[in-house]
Amino acid sequence: MLRFIARRILETIPVLFVIVTVTFFMIRFVPGGPFTAEKAVTPEILRNLEAHYGLDQPLWKQYFNYLGSLLHGDLGPSFKYPNRTVNEIIAEKLPVSIELGTEALLVALVLGLTAGVFAAARRNSWLDYGASGLAMVGICVPTFVMGPLLVLVCAIHFGWFNASGWYTPADRVLPALTLGGYYAAYIARLTRGGMLEVLNQDYIRTARAKGASELRIIFRHALRGGLLPVVAFLGPGIADILTGSFVIETIFQIPGLGREFVTSAFNRDYTLITGTVILYAALIIALNLVVDVVQVWLNPKLRFE
Amino acid sequence: MPTLSPKDLPSADLAAGQLEQGHSLWSDAWHRLRKNKPAVFGGVVLIALALLCFLGPLFSQSYEIQNLDLGAAPPSAQHWLGTDTLGRDLFARILFGGRISLLVGLVASVVALIIGVTYGAVAGYLGGKVDTVMMRIVDIMYALPFTIFVILLMVFLKDPMQKVDAWLSQYRWLSFGQGMGKILLLFAAIGAVEWLTMARIVRGQILSVKKMEFIEAARALGYGPGRIIFRHMIPNILGPIIVYTTLTIPAVMLLESFLSFLGLGVDAPMSSWGTLIKDGAEKMEEFPWLLVFPGSIFSLTLFSLNFLGDGLRDALDVRASKD
Amino acid sequence: MGNRLLALFVAAALLLNGCGRHSADSVAGAPPKKILNFGNGTEPQDIDPQAVNGVPEFNIILALLEGLVSYDPHDQHPIPGVAKSWEISPDNLVYTFHLREDAKWSNGDPVTAQDFLLSYKRMLTPSLGAEYAYMIFNYVAGAKDYYDGKLKDFSQVGIKAPDAHTLQITLTHPTPYLLKAMCHMAWFPVPVKVIAKFGGLDRKGTDWTRPGNFVGNGPFRLKSWQPNQRLVVERSPTYWDRANVKLDEIDFFPVENANAEENMFRTGQLDITSELPPDKIPFYKRDHPDQLRIAPFLGLYFYSCNVKRPPLDNVKVRRALALAIDRESLIKNVVKGDEQPAYAVSYPGVAGYVPRARLTGTVDEARRLLAEAGYPDGRGFPPLELLYNTSEGHRAIAEAIQQMWKKNLNVDISLHNEEWKVYLDALNTKNYQLGRYGWIADYIDPNVFLDLWETGGGNNDTNWSDPEYDRLLAASRAAPNDQDRYEIYQKMDAILVDQLPIIPIYYYTRVHLVSPKVKGYWPTLLDMHPWQYVDIDR
Repeated sequence: MLRFIARRILETIPVLFVIVTVTFFMIRFVPGGPFTAEKAVTPEILRNLEAHYGLDQPLWKQYFNYLGSLLHGDLGPSFKYPNRTVNEIIAEKLPVSIELGTEALLVALVLGLTAGVFAAARRNSWLDYGASGLAMVGICVPTFVMGPLLVLVCAIHFGWFNASGWYTPADRVLPALTLGGYYAAYIARLTRGGMLEVLNQDYIRTARAKGASELRIIFRHALRGGLLPVVAFLGPGIADILTGSFVIETIFQIPGLGREFVTSAFNRDYTLITGTVILYAALIIALNLVVDVVQVWLNPKLRFE
Repeated sequence: MPTLSPKDLPSADLAAGQLEQGHSLWSDAWHRLRKNKPAVFGGVVLIALALLCFLGPLFSQSYEIQNLDLGAAPPSAQHWLGTDTLGRDLFARILFGGRISLLVGLVASVVALIIGVTYGAVAGYLGGKVDTVMMRIVDIMYALPFTIFVILLMVFLKDPMQKVDAWLSQYRWLSFGQGMGKILLLFAAIGAVEWLTMARIVRGQILSVKKMEFIEAARALGYGPGRIIFRHMIPNILGPIIVYTTLTIPAVMLLESFLSFLGLGVDAPMSSWGTLIKDGAEKMEEFPWLLVFPGSIFSLTLFSLNFLGDGLRDALDVRASKD
Repeated sequence: MGNRLLALFVAAALLLNGCGRHSADSVAGAPPKKILNFGNGTEPQDIDPQAVNGVPEFNIILALLEGLVSYDPHDQHPIPGVAKSWEISPDNLVYTFHLREDAKWSNGDPVTAQDFLLSYKRMLTPSLGAEYAYMIFNYVAGAKDYYDGKLKDFSQVGIKAPDAHTLQITLTHPTPYLLKAMCHMAWFPVPVKVIAKFGGLDRKGTDWTRPGNFVGNGPFRLKSWQPNQRLVVERSPTYWDRANVKLDEIDFFPVENANAEENMFRTGQLDITSELPPDKIPFYKRDHPDQLRIAPFLGLYFYSCNVKRPPLDNVKVRRALALAIDRESLIKNVVKGDEQPAYAVSYPGVAGYVPRARLTGTVDEARRLLAEAGYPDGRGFPPLELLYNTSEGHRAIAEAIQQMWKKNLNVDISLHNEEWKVYLDALNTKNYQLGRYGWIADYIDPNVFLDLWETGGGNNDTNWSDPEYDRLLAASRAAPNDQDRYEIYQKMDAILVDQLPIIPIYYYTRVHLVSPKVKGYWPTLLDMHPWQYVDIDR
């Protein structure tokens, strides 16, 4: 297993290299640059602006300069926010996204797993219909509807919370519920599906025949296999949750990283785009690796290849 | 690149199953599906909705004619579902929007399905270095910035799109209006991201059936890899594929509203369910019907799809057939 | 189970609520601090006036720095700022400013003429890449040559500091609106000594704008800055007119989403918002007229025509389209902000100038013109695409106008939205037919809308060029007084209404929410509000 992990980590290097290279050149071919503005700057000012950021050099030179500073862990200055570096922006905003993500993940796991397990255990009962129906509602109601709805009811109508912001502990509740609720719906459906597959299998029937209690069957025998699909979902899912959500952060005015993924592209903030992409790629790769390891652990029939 | 899609799905391992003959699998499944009431209900509703959306506009009101002085009005005898802020009939807008959304949901999911299943199956079956390279390519594509990708796609394919438009505009009876070229591009863009997850799932599933006796047997019989993958392995892992597809469709329909922000998708004044819901969400307090009606019909579609998907999965479950 | 869970959440919410709302409130006992919570649109790029170009940045910088002259809070005419008085030479080319002796930086240093001179020198340093450098080099003698590197010696540039409290500026041509332009942040001083300590004068983005480092000469000083959360300024103890500053603190909130902003206003988190979605305007008019603020705003909303591409290469087509827009209905039912319909390019009544030219004609005349252009009843009208940047407001206007043209002229056009920078790029490279555009003035003078249409002008995306217009523009720059200048502008406006390189639609208003507790925040044409006059009841 250690060899497997070591090999995968080594594979990450060329993968990241390709991602950086492709992203670097992709963004330069997009119409509009970092200094395209409504009030057009005069050509001589534009020239000086570009020179200030080294954008007047040949592309290949810019590329090697970027790679050079990347090797030193320097992601460069932001073009949109002159007095901040990309490293700083990520260092400031990633923790916020991680905090919100962790809270949302807790909501998602508690609600989703509970609903999924009970629905599967009482298949085709009212409990199942209720939990499954609720999960479907969660899938049907996108976050950009759920968020404003919660604000309208809980903040404006009842006045329990601030409408948006990220200042007090109470400000965490609505965004965590919105984001967590959405993932809870998926987790509930996946858990139910996974559990049903497992509960049908021979070893569960054997356990039942031996007279094991229902609770014991579910928690000792079925859960482990039934969680496989959830784990596969959570790999990239966690990467998404932790890097923040554009919609949630916009609705609730949260200073997280999720907005930067989208707005950096809109601002043509070249260095910030590449920086966030590298971060996301590293997270995705790492979590996919974790998923592969956990899956083998949950299902001994698989082996490390 | 946070997309709106669920990223990964079931990999329940279909252990000890024996492959049945191809034709009997399908006919058995059809038989079981017909007995599954929720699935039948879901299928009927979907067909009815599709008919309504594709034929309804022939005799509904116009989706674009405005009544500025009327503005947003609640449901009435003349406008069954009310009007939007420009005084356009919401019912007609939902029907026309349904064409786009259903088409996007269906076509983009099929694109994702075909590419994803083939790619994942080949990677999983061949294994080794090929598998490693193929899956790392998937990792790379996951991480590339989607917004940038879409903008580039539109810039470089603008001319071909306009040619398609010019060609299609000869066929006015299709009544898609302008911009069909962009809708085709939209399918491509969505398909291009959605297949990634599908490929990961299918690969995982293929790995888990690869070592089973019946595959070894097929190999011993001298069948080629194409036949083994598509005739023997895929039918065994249809369950997760179907469940994931039913979850992809709503994600795709909502993704469309993000892409229309980037200018890809339908041009105003045409609408889609995604854009209607998005606009409605911003006015839910003043004009709730603008959110409630498009949202309801969207939910109805998803519920039906889900019932049908569950039914299909049960019907195609190789193990269940032996009960 | 579900119920109990819900109850738990509600209980938790109520508990947290106690310590939650209005965290910024003062300690009990002390007199309440006067804090204004201001919705500022977007996150400021920076707060160095020579490194930024946006309105949110200007709002903040207006609290932190002060120029030679500053805005009158009611009508925005230039009033003394750091300069307590000034003289203008008879040929209108030399301005001599007398600086007040008690003006101080927030670190206690006096504000001197040398500070202004070095600030302008920094602005003109090519390697700094300041976007507003043209605000200085367009007017000041020798400045353009210095910026272009043709002139190495800054002492040759028309900016002199004969003593610590006198600043003399020499212009290339008489510029009657120079003082108005000088209210803009491009002319604000920066603390050159401090900047030099933090990495030099020719670099932007150094640490000098961070809380703790920032030094300013405005009525407020920087207290804290949490990106994407809030930027806080507090009353400056060194400001020369500190006795008249009313607020203790201003919290600038970068809230980009208009709905989120309105929600925050309703929960009392904001006292002033930056905008209000059009669909909410009628509700506020009916239920909370005291919170709704609608004020004329010096800007024009228009459609820009690419006059090199058919069918808009034909002036009759442009005229037909311009006449077939029902601007009153558009404003009443779609834009909803009591905007003024635009039948000419120049804003009526700006600095006493009212354009006489006016776009007039009935829909029948529009149809006749279209027929004369070769498209009777819209038959054979070539494909025409209207480009706009993605936004619900622009889309609704485009949809309404599309229908008006369909109804009035039987012309089918298509709409196409693009993401902001792709749209700007299409306009700049003139790769479009018809595009929506808005122009907001930087200062109050009629030339702000007329300068644009010079042949090859940086913001003239129409391909339109008229030698007579260019000649008039040159003549207006040499005009000895406003009366002569305005007469030339009348001719220019007449040419624009005749040729219609752009289709004017409406003059903007500022529509936003202002709490009735806020005082001294008067409606102004530029929507600039010197913060020392603003007050709030607490």
